[in-house]
Amino acid sequence: MTSAQEAVQEFHPRVHAALENTQIRTNFRRAMDGLMGKRLAAFDGMDLEGLRDLGAAVRLRALSRLPELLEQLESNLQKQGIQVHWAETGDQACEIITKICKARDAKKIIKGKSMVSEEMELNHHLEEAGIEALESDLGEYIVQLAKETPSHIIMPAIHKNTDEISELMHEKTGTQRSKDVDYLTASARQQLREKFMQADVGVSGVNFAVAETGTLCLVENEGNGRLTTTAPACHIAVTGIEKVVEKLEDVTPLLSLLTRSATGQHITTYFNMISSPRKAGEKDGPEEVHLVLVDSGRSSIYQDEELLDTLRCIRCGACMNHCPVYTRVGGHAYGTTYPGPIGKILMPHLLGLEKTQDLPSASTLCGACGEVCPVKIPIPKLLQRLRKEAVDGDSLRPSVVQGHGIKRRKLEVLAWKGWSLIHARPGLYRLATSVLSRVRSLLPSKLGGWTRYRSAPKPAAKTLQQQLRERQKLAVAANKGGQA
Amino acid sequence: MSDAIKVYPDKPKKVYFYATCLVDIFYPDAGMAGIQLLEREGIEVVFPKNQTCCGQPAYSSGFNDQAREVILPQLSLFPEDYPVVVPSGSCAGMMRKHYPELFAGTPQQSQAQALAKRTWELTDFLLQVCKIQLQDQGEPIKVAMHTSCSARREMGIAEVGPKLLSQLGQVELVEQARSAECCGFGGTFAVRHEEISGAMVQDKAEALQAAGAEHFVTTDCGCLMNIAGYADKQKMPMKGQHILSFLWERLQTEGKTPENAGGRS
Repeated sequence: MTSAQEAVQEFHPRVHAALENTQIRTNFRRAMDGLMGKRLAAFDGMDLEGLRDLGAAVRLRALSRLPELLEQLESNLQKQGIQVHWAETGDQACEIITKICKARDAKKIIKGKSMVSEEMELNHHLEEAGIEALESDLGEYIVQLAKETPSHIIMPAIHKNTDEISELMHEKTGTQRSKDVDYLTASARQQLREKFMQADVGVSGVNFAVAETGTLCLVENEGNGRLTTTAPACHIAVTGIEKVVEKLEDVTPLLSLLTRSATGQHITTYFNMISSPRKAGEKDGPEEVHLVLVDSGRSSIYQDEELLDTLRCIRCGACMNHCPVYTRVGGHAYGTTYPGPIGKILMPHLLGLEKTQDLPSASTLCGACGEVCPVKIPIPKLLQRLRKEAVDGDSLRPSVVQGHGIKRRKLEVLAWKGWSLIHARPGLYRLATSVLSRVRSLLPSKLGGWTRYRSAPKPAAKTLQQQLRERQKLAVAANKGGQA
Repeated sequence: MSDAIKVYPDKPKKVYFYATCLVDIFYPDAGMAGIQLLEREGIEVVFPKNQTCCGQPAYSSGFNDQAREVILPQLSLFPEDYPVVVPSGSCAGMMRKHYPELFAGTPQQSQAQALAKRTWELTDFLLQVCKIQLQDQGEPIKVAMHTSCSARREMGIAEVGPKLLSQLGQVELVEQARSAECCGFGGTFAVRHEEISGAMVQDKAEALQAAGAEHFVTTDCGCLMNIAGYADKQKMPMKGQHILSFLWERLQTEGKTPENAGGRS
């Protein structure tokens, strides 16, 4: 277990630290408010529900044929000269990439943004193998300078404001301190441009892998993806096995949904479609292209009809932008590669519930995530499912997720058994609630976490059921009186 | 989510009233107000005596077995084909959306499905089925509304509360910032993740206050207990009420509270 994985268990202390940090809370609130507004504006005048239905259908269709589509993708890519590798675990994927680099005697790697590479801690592995990997996405570049991890899947450095970034760049690269975002960006670009030219290998992610045509689609805004995949002599794309779609026309609705949901853009500045290495007579492009397909727990999600929906995700980040919990605590509090709602439903499969045991419960089930998800993943329903798995709470439907039952604590089980004992017996319930009403003034004014922020709730002097019984008696008496 | 299309029934002669445990124990005035609003519509309200809790606390904590144990004896409390009305978005949502899932593949499957279909959140029922008309008798007041997330997203009734309030001539509905955001209650979430919940309720209460509301109303007692509990602890002047209690009070000429108005006329 790496240090990053161990840290996942420390959810509560991380939350505490994040909530205490007013700078973080302000940065996230401001950024998320902006993103929510942009998304809404980007879908203005469009049939959003219709498009979401289409997006969901496209993803479901792809997932329903996942094994054969992956084979089709492999065979088409191979025909076009792209080498395909399969990795069961993140570690295996890292080894494959390290091997390719070593075979080329590569010392310097330039990277485009890839969350899968974050998930398998590729940079760490490469560093151990003596290979330098430099992030070229501006956000990732900042995060790497700060020796941090991304706090958002689309905007990795969203937890930092301009002043913090200026200070960091000044300290690490000698850039002049500035409040001018354009100046800071230009400075980073200048430094990166050289690195692109020196890099032996470019590593990128993949947004959509089209099976029918053997096309790797890459969505980006900074041109760093284009450079990463074309400037170095070798390009290695790495992605999860779920990213495959059936045909090219499936990309259209997904791309519309992705950019609008993520950043409120109608389209990104760059959209790369990679289908082969440099062909004879072509002036640019890598001479060697690889695709590494990573499983890392995904095929176990695939086995379960309900959990399968997790794999629909196109990684837009809208669920975190709209999540009231994420907005308060920020991405790092989760301690997982993917934070926010998607992280809560995905990470338990990648790491096991043992290491993610506090994530499924860290939601009010408010449903904001499910409401904005471009491919209609029923996130609250999946959170509910994982809560059940964490406590082995359903004897009719046995748990299947790795680490299930980890949160089944004797005391809590006892409490729910006591609760059901009373509430399944109406006579007992009436007795208990009327006693509660009678002793209302004697009830404690401190109720743990509740009264840290709020007054203790006070039962009414008479329960509704008591009041209705009295009302009934009066009505009967009045009736009798009338008849006499 | 609120994907299924709702088909409202014709206005019935009778309804079953499912009070919910929070209304029964903590906010009986909201229940009484709901019953009286229905009676005002000429509807006979049947209150099944053996009702307790909808099972949501255990269900949302993952303890489906215990939830089923509590729900099972209550499934047979509604033998006639009357609509079942519930003064809570989240408990109505539990019955309408989650009972069928919980009992899928069990002998109670069709019973749970049938119950789900005729379960309605009460304000939605008053507006859409009863076509209620409210005549405001109260003093001018500024009110903000917090619609619970279950009412908004699970039951799809975010527009109902504001529409009812707009019938009240002397009530000015003010809109708070980020009105669609959760108040941070979330059942056991409020104690399992007390700090996050605390941060959320703080923001919600402050937004309501900043909107200039002297009063706020909600569709759900969980949110009410959360926001009003915070406002009380922080000694904010703003008071909270269940929307049903508020509506009933506004109809009274002598400022009677629902509790003392009950059955004594």
